[in-house]
Amino acid sequence: MANRWTNDLTADDVTPKQAFLNRRHILAGGAGLGALAATGARAQDALEPNTLEEITTYNNFYEFGTGKSDPANNAHALQIDPWTITVDGMVDNPGEYSLAEVLDGMTIEDRLYRFRCVEAWSMVIPWNGFELADLLNRVGVQDGASHVAFQTVVQPDNMIGVRRGVLEFPYMEGLRLDEAMHPLTIMATGIYGEPLANQSGAPIRLVVPWKYGFKSIKSIDRITLMDKMPATTWNGINPREYGFYSNVNPEVDHPRWSQATERRIGGGLFNSRQDTLMFNGYGDDVADLYAGMDLAENY
Amino acid sequence: MDFVRTINQATRKLPAWPIYIVAAVYVGWQFWLALNQSGRYLVEPINELEREYGETALLLLIAGLTVTPLRNWFGLNLIKYRRAIGITTFFLVLAHFLVWAVLDVQSVGRVWQETVKRPYVTVGMAAFVLLIPLALTSNNLSIRKLGAAGWRRLHRLTYPAAILAGLHYLWLVKGFQIDAIVYLAVILALLMVRFLRSRVRDRREQAG
Repeated sequence: MANRWTNDLTADDVTPKQAFLNRRHILAGGAGLGALAATGARAQDALEPNTLEEITTYNNFYEFGTGKSDPANNAHALQIDPWTITVDGMVDNPGEYSLAEVLDGMTIEDRLYRFRCVEAWSMVIPWNGFELADLLNRVGVQDGASHVAFQTVVQPDNMIGVRRGVLEFPYMEGLRLDEAMHPLTIMATGIYGEPLANQSGAPIRLVVPWKYGFKSIKSIDRITLMDKMPATTWNGINPREYGFYSNVNPEVDHPRWSQATERRIGGGLFNSRQDTLMFNGYGDDVADLYAGMDLAENY
Repeated sequence: MDFVRTINQATRKLPAWPIYIVAAVYVGWQFWLALNQSGRYLVEPINELEREYGETALLLLIAGLTVTPLRNWFGLNLIKYRRAIGITTFFLVLAHFLVWAVLDVQSVGRVWQETVKRPYVTVGMAAFVLLIPLALTSNNLSIRKLGAAGWRRLHRLTYPAAILAGLHYLWLVKGFQIDAIVYLAVILALLMVRFLRSRVRDRREQAG
């Protein structure tokens, strides 16, 4: 059951000038209501995707080093063929699935998403992928399962960051089941119609566009369904800085980086900052998932 | 030690002023590369330039701290370059600060907010502030006015500034990053060496 979510972001999707002027006007008024209206219009801004070169040369992938260009320089060593994903825990059909088996019958869609890093930079990325829900439905999620855990492959011989012990590996991430089943949540296999570059998380990765980028775990080799919140890597290192939810939220300040604004990659040395959007601009789609939750508490 | 004597003789002929020229060319060149988004400045020139200046400042700070131990322990006399190294360090820190303030956070309000809120910015800013009086008094007139002892006491501010700068970097990086740890370890070692030396001297004087 693909195509549950219609992509309203396209490269042609430019803010009409009238809306832009209205927004200026509204912001000048400074009313809370005005700011809300502005957010809706903002969501359509700046939808020109970043270039493939930008997307593949400025990465965080600590298995290949901590510098932004380290993954591009070192990830060629990653072995992605053959690739298997172990699916286990509370599922009807556990097992080791080859990549071909995982992809069999999946509809690969184009999804142009904003991508917001917790380090307060952002890109727009034209992903190709399928909805995670389709995979979860196929393996059969058992009653009582509430969360999904993911792991990145560990290949010490091929991963310089693993040998250096930059973090504790494997890298682990997780979602609540309803977040994982949400039509915005995809398993990406490509960008710009090309297979994922190794530094982008080849051959298959998670993309959760309303959360900070570190939630969108790369090069996945294990998916586990469970009935409790899974341990996740950055949350384990510094729970105050990296919450389990880590929804993009300009109002919840991060001890390291102000989350109120961000810098869209690609604007050069005099690039200006722009306001960060609640849920990275996907509030209309996902705010319901968190109805009644205190997001300052559950950051 | 022939090697040391050769260097000491050579430095008699080599002036210190080229250090300023090299530093100015370096700062300008990196800025030019960032402006043109060339090489590693392609994608995120602001952050990259900020880091470049910051890391070079840290290296220069360490270089300045090695001058005295090299003389005390090996008889290598590089003292005539120390002022140029120190002043250059200050200008690199200033460049690092300006890239951060003007190009990165982009407003006076945010500079203040970031300084107050984020410990790694707070210690970095503290290091910068400590270096200001040192840069202002790195001239012969100030030495005369303050007196040699007073001037030396003032310039011991380099030590806390160096520790704060090392902490600034270590605090900033995420995960276990060896270079940040090495920088701070080297700074602490260089300060420890001074401390040991002065204890030895004190004891000798007491025994005198």
